[in-house]
Amino acid sequence: MNAYLDFEKPVAQLEARIADLRSSAQSDQVDISAELARLEQKSAALLETTYSSLTPWQKTQVARHPKRPHFRDYVQYGFADFMPLGGDRLYGDDEAIMGGFAKLDGRRVMLIGHEKGHDTESRLRHNFGMGKPEGYRKAIRLMELAGRFGLPVVTLVDTSGAFPGVEAEERGQAEAIARSTEACLALPVPIISVIVGEGGSGGAVALAASNRVLMLEHAVYSVISPEGCASILWRTAEKASEAAQAMKVTSSDLLSLGVIDGVVPEPVGGAHRDPETAADRLTSRISEELAQFDGRTSKEIVAQREERFLNMAR
Amino acid sequence: MNWLTRARNALPFLGKRDTPDNLWTKCPACQEMLFTKDYEENLSVCPKCDYHGRIGADRRLALLLDEGYEVLSQPDVREDPLKFRDTKKYTERLKQARAANPHRDAFTAAAGTIDNRPAVVGVQDFGFMGGSMGMAVGEAFCKGAEEALKRRCAYVVVTAAGGARMQEGILSLMQMPKATVMTRRLKEAGLPYIVVLTDPTTGGVTASYAMLGDIHIAEPGALIGFAGQRVIQDTIREQLPDGFQRAEYLHRHGMVDMVVDRHELKGTLADLLEYLEPAEAA
Ligand SMILES: [Zn+2]
Repeated sequence: MNAYLDFEKPVAQLEARIADLRSSAQSDQVDISAELARLEQKSAALLETTYSSLTPWQKTQVARHPKRPHFRDYVQYGFADFMPLGGDRLYGDDEAIMGGFAKLDGRRVMLIGHEKGHDTESRLRHNFGMGKPEGYRKAIRLMELAGRFGLPVVTLVDTSGAFPGVEAEERGQAEAIARSTEACLALPVPIISVIVGEGGSGGAVALAASNRVLMLEHAVYSVISPEGCASILWRTAEKASEAAQAMKVTSSDLLSLGVIDGVVPEPVGGAHRDPETAADRLTSRISEELAQFDGRTSKEIVAQREERFLNMAR
Repeated sequence: MNWLTRARNALPFLGKRDTPDNLWTKCPACQEMLFTKDYEENLSVCPKCDYHGRIGADRRLALLLDEGYEVLSQPDVREDPLKFRDTKKYTERLKQARAANPHRDAFTAAAGTIDNRPAVVGVQDFGFMGGSMGMAVGEAFCKGAEEALKRRCAYVVVTAAGGARMQEGILSLMQMPKATVMTRRLKEAGLPYIVVLTDPTTGGVTASYAMLGDIHIAEPGALIGFAGQRVIQDTIREQLPDGFQRAEYLHRHGMVDMVVDRHELKGTLADLLEYLEPAEAA
């Protein structure tokens, strides 16, 4: 059962008709295969055109889709032997940010990323992917560990933002984010980041001050949520669609602004329609990017990363 | 309260002097009517309640540096790269901000000495579009750091910002790692980097160069935090604790080394610099 977004209504109607036809075909004797094929083709074409011209606001909805694959799905389909590691050794373990050893096409890496959860129970446990200071401090710990043992770092970014709460402020949310960004920049090994869903502000960049930053086709990456931007500049969150357009939040926008290095195409209709293919494409692209750093010295790796950010946005 | 309302509230301090309307200044904290001249002579600190008012870049530089300092030119950056427009064009907002401010953007740096110890001081001015961090702020921050590296001296940065400059979208967010490249270089070069947090310092500025100092000093009562108070209230739906996100609260929670009255600020910096002599590069 698919969860449809508003703009997918025509597709939803067609897919419902196809399902009806299928179930009636089992009882009736009439041959409906021709009609079925026609509808399926029509539906596939409609899905493709819909997804080839999504507005920034529609992409934001796709990036937040309840069925969108998250960290655990990419771990399951794209990485082998994931060994989760826990805790910041200071306060606690924040499950909004996961991390651990993993293998990517046989290569040993440190894998870190936000996890939003997929049902009520897991969403609460992962705090909807909104990291707290202990989450960012765990990421720092794991990055430093990876640096010492020569393991490249891969981060999967998917957060609406760092958690806005009293305890998070009390424990130094801002400092944790700043230090995490610094830890990315200090790594003597390559770090490759992919925005797989939402790249929400400081909570995202803290894991993405990287040698290469990629985005999934329908992911979004922005300094503030479109609703937040709209409520400040337009004085109403209802202008979120305009804000998304104006802020340039899509993968193609960010590629042309030079903020990201590449876009990983999603299966037709979004990653949620085929998480396995999405994970395949994601991991093979990360492998290609990592291979480019083979044989490079840590000095070269750090320098490339620093230049990337110094030259950007000048 | 977002930076727009804050900017409006700050307006009484930006008006022309010596007109009858501006002879008196109402303290925003205790509402006391103060003689503007006295208030300004007291460094815009309320003598009644010790409220530390917001001051612009030029006054701040004059307050911290010895006479004869050199103001660095503000670097050129791409202007309005997103062709951003909300209810008004971004270029229009920039034009207005420039008309009301002696500087081209919200970050101004100067090189000189603090009680005869060489230092570069960078100041973020809340009066310029809420001090918001865009490409010009990020680049000016980096230029100040480069100057400190060149002179092998301390870098002191006075922060004030409602957050990132939304009109520059993702490019404003990219200033966070960019500035962090430079704070790392200062560290590697063995140079001290001191942050003075003033009212307000929030959002992406706090979550990058404002929290990466060797020493963090805060002005009394300054609002300092990552998330906005309204956002937090909407999330947790309960009352915020007393003094939440104020300088003293951050001091209590270990995020700043000291809370220092504006009158003592220069002396404190000079005392610190005596201990933080440029070391050998790492
Ligand atoms: Zn007062």
